[in-house]
Amino acid sequence: MSLEVLAVDDSRTMRDMLNLALSSAGFTAHLAEDGIHGLEVLEDIEPDVIITDINMPRMDGFGFIDAVRSEDKWSRIPILVLTTESADELKAKARAAGATGWIVKPFDPAKLVKALQMVAG
Amino acid sequence: MSDPMAEIRASFFIECEELLESLQDGLQLMDDGDTDPETINIVFRAVHSIKGGAGAFGLDDLVHFAHRFETAMDEVRAGRFQPDGEAIRLFFTCADVLGDLVRAARDDDAVSSEVTDPVLEKLEKLVGVEEESEEELDFTPATLSLDLSLDFGGDAGLPNLPDLSDLPMAGADESPLDLSSSEEATEPLVASKGFTVFFKPEPALYISGNEPLYLFRALRDLGDLAVTCHAASLPLLDSIDPDIGHLSWTLTVHTEESEQTVREVFEFVDGLCQLDITPLAAAPVAPSPASVAVVPALPPLPPLVQPEPVAARPAPDPASTATPNDAPVTAAPKPEAPQEEASPAPVKSSATTTSEGTTPTKTTGTPTQPRATVRVDLERIDRLVNLVGELVINQAMLSQSVTEAGLPPNSPVSTGLEEFLQLTRDIQESVMMIRAQPIKSLFQRMGRIVRESSASVGKEVRLHTDGENTEVDKTVIERLADPLTHMIRNAVDHGLESPEKRLAVDKSREGHVTLTAQHRSGRIVIEVSDDGAGINRERVKAKAIEKGLIPAEAQLSDGDIDNLLFLPGFSTAQEISNLSGRGVGMDVVKSSIQALGGRIAITSQEGKGTTFSISLPLTLAVLDGMVVRVADETLVVPLNAILETLTLTDDDVKALGPETHVVQIRGGFVPLLDLGAELGYRPPQESYVGGIALLIGQEDGNRAALAVDAIEDQRQVVIKGLEGSYGRVPGIAAATILGDGQIALILDPTDLVSQASGRTRPRKPQHALVG
Repeated sequence: MSLEVLAVDDSRTMRDMLNLALSSAGFTAHLAEDGIHGLEVLEDIEPDVIITDINMPRMDGFGFIDAVRSEDKWSRIPILVLTTESADELKAKARAAGATGWIVKPFDPAKLVKALQMVAG
Repeated sequence: MSDPMAEIRASFFIECEELLESLQDGLQLMDDGDTDPETINIVFRAVHSIKGGAGAFGLDDLVHFAHRFETAMDEVRAGRFQPDGEAIRLFFTCADVLGDLVRAARDDDAVSSEVTDPVLEKLEKLVGVEEESEEELDFTPATLSLDLSLDFGGDAGLPNLPDLSDLPMAGADESPLDLSSSEEATEPLVASKGFTVFFKPEPALYISGNEPLYLFRALRDLGDLAVTCHAASLPLLDSIDPDIGHLSWTLTVHTEESEQTVREVFEFVDGLCQLDITPLAAAPVAPSPASVAVVPALPPLPPLVQPEPVAARPAPDPASTATPNDAPVTAAPKPEAPQEEASPAPVKSSATTTSEGTTPTKTTGTPTQPRATVRVDLERIDRLVNLVGELVINQAMLSQSVTEAGLPPNSPVSTGLEEFLQLTRDIQESVMMIRAQPIKSLFQRMGRIVRESSASVGKEVRLHTDGENTEVDKTVIERLADPLTHMIRNAVDHGLESPEKRLAVDKSREGHVTLTAQHRSGRIVIEVSDDGAGINRERVKAKAIEKGLIPAEAQLSDGDIDNLLFLPGFSTAQEISNLSGRGVGMDVVKSSIQALGGRIAITSQEGKGTTFSISLPLTLAVLDGMVVRVADETLVVPLNAILETLTLTDDDVKALGPETHVVQIRGGFVPLLDLGAELGYRPPQESYVGGIALLIGQEDGNRAALAVDAIEDQRQVVIKGLEGSYGRVPGIAAATILGDGQIALILDPTDLVSQASGRTRPRKPQHALVG
């Protein structure tokens, strides 16, 4: 069950780490550096799940989720939000934006994989 | 890729430098009165990203500081705190300390809490955030040490799971609605550990992208699981709304795990479903047969979700367990270089952006996004630079051969060579561009010097910078750091007056230091100026006489006195402060600049301030030169030093003495130097009428004319240093190899002119009189 994952984060370090954790888990990682770039990548691939940061330049995570959700062909893709914020505040925000779940940074690779499995198999 | 984490770590520190730069930029904009939310966001994001990465590497000190800094910035972002000048200065200090922490972490060093704590305390007091409880601060560095032995091996998926086929699903082949595995369902669940979970999704659960099947699988990871599906509210097929779901489940999991762990499985759907979790021991209920029997008449349903054929998958081959090396190659290449490189103005977000996503639309002064970089060993670039240098020489020789062969200019060889020439130039420029960097990083460091030095001498100083995107050779930038630091400290320490004195002479309390960089006629000119009291020439002169640097009766112009500052060991400060201190003086600054092929000049106006002007060559490898002949010698004069060429007429040249001539140019007089005589090739000429002279401009604005015999050519020459073999030769900058293989000296006209004028002045401070 090799998932295809789109990871969107403006921090290069975070992208590198997501990439490493995902590919080490046998997943295929596609990377984008902000919401707009993420939407561009989505035009070319169909990921099983999306991971996105929130605070990014050009288009932040909320804008990105909103854009993904409002497109029929993408509306059911599970989306995990990467965050350092406290859970309650975040839950409400991520939910309102249309996210499926969340991952708290810094993430433990095992937990990341578990979270992915909880939303995408 | 030997150690992927080490590489990511290294790249993290590079990214940190970029983020720190954005942070400084953002703070500078805020300091300049920019209240654009995106500016504050950039500052916030920079700190936030540093914290995020640091957390992953378990850099606790860095995380701790960044977290508290971030919390403060969040107050600003949320509009709960309006920073004033003082607050922004404190933010700058925080940024400096953050930079220290980043570098300390990189070098496995530490920054004393004596440095960090007072800053944080000040920050929190100012912004009004309470120190968070330790628990929250703890921020669990769930270190991504990326234990690659973690068993999410090559075939990934769910390595620890039993066959999925044992997971009873709707549509399993038995009685369609009896979804519990019969054995488990009938087994009495007496006093066994575990939980009963009633789970009824609301439509929002599906809309959010959650999928019950995956939750059940996660639950099954905790222990044996029995699933009962309640299909009572399932409508007839034609009225089914696929977005609603209609089903609910009772799940019985036998596990040693705590209720908390069970609850975590449902973390993402909490609030999106009806969820009742009861411990088994407390409610040892057998699954209610009613749930099975309610709608016995219903026809078999298609599975809600097809059980995936996991069982059919071959068992993982232990030999193929993933190692970092054979992990599947990621499909996505590294993100391309950010678009800002192509278009300076950030692209406006599409309509889907939320109101929060305002984009900076200013084209000037907007902090750039972190750049994508490629790390290349500097040696490789230098090798390329040298090779291009050789190419230029080679091409010059080829051109010469073609000319000598008498080929017509429109011959294929000549035109081909012409193109070759253009290409060589393009290559050369591109190679130089690799080495060039915006001088910004250097200027930003000076911001800190100003903040620290002004604080230590109790002055209020504001640094202004201009032209920070001017690109300068990397080596030059590195080697400018020390001299510039010293000059900035000098400006703050000696140049500017104390706030009281400033107020007394009707100046603003706050002193100003300005740092500018610009390209000016083929050179980089960097100026450090202050609006202080200017040089106290009487005191400088008195000091120089006292120290025996000049004779007591010396008649010096203002400019000459100013230049005394460049003499070794010169210091006029009445109290030696701990800043500029002793030892390193302007003489060291001057020799550092000269070592870079640069020059430094000083201008000062009493009461108005002092400006130091550094002029540097664009590159240390090639220059555009004018090839001239003097006394049968071929010499190269740097083109950028030449203001114009003159043909000397009888009317222009005036003799002031046997060896001293001046040239009249548009009403002004300029000293005329005989290059042949200056270099000792021949005695001074009787008459210069009919000869050619090159008008040389100097940093201090003074000009001089150099008499030469003929101008031969104008071309690019490769600089070959002489200092390694001959030491520093006055008036000579370097040498080059011409197209015919001949070696020609490259002049340093400014130095030459200064040498010449020095002879008419007192001998002793001669070397200080360079303009």
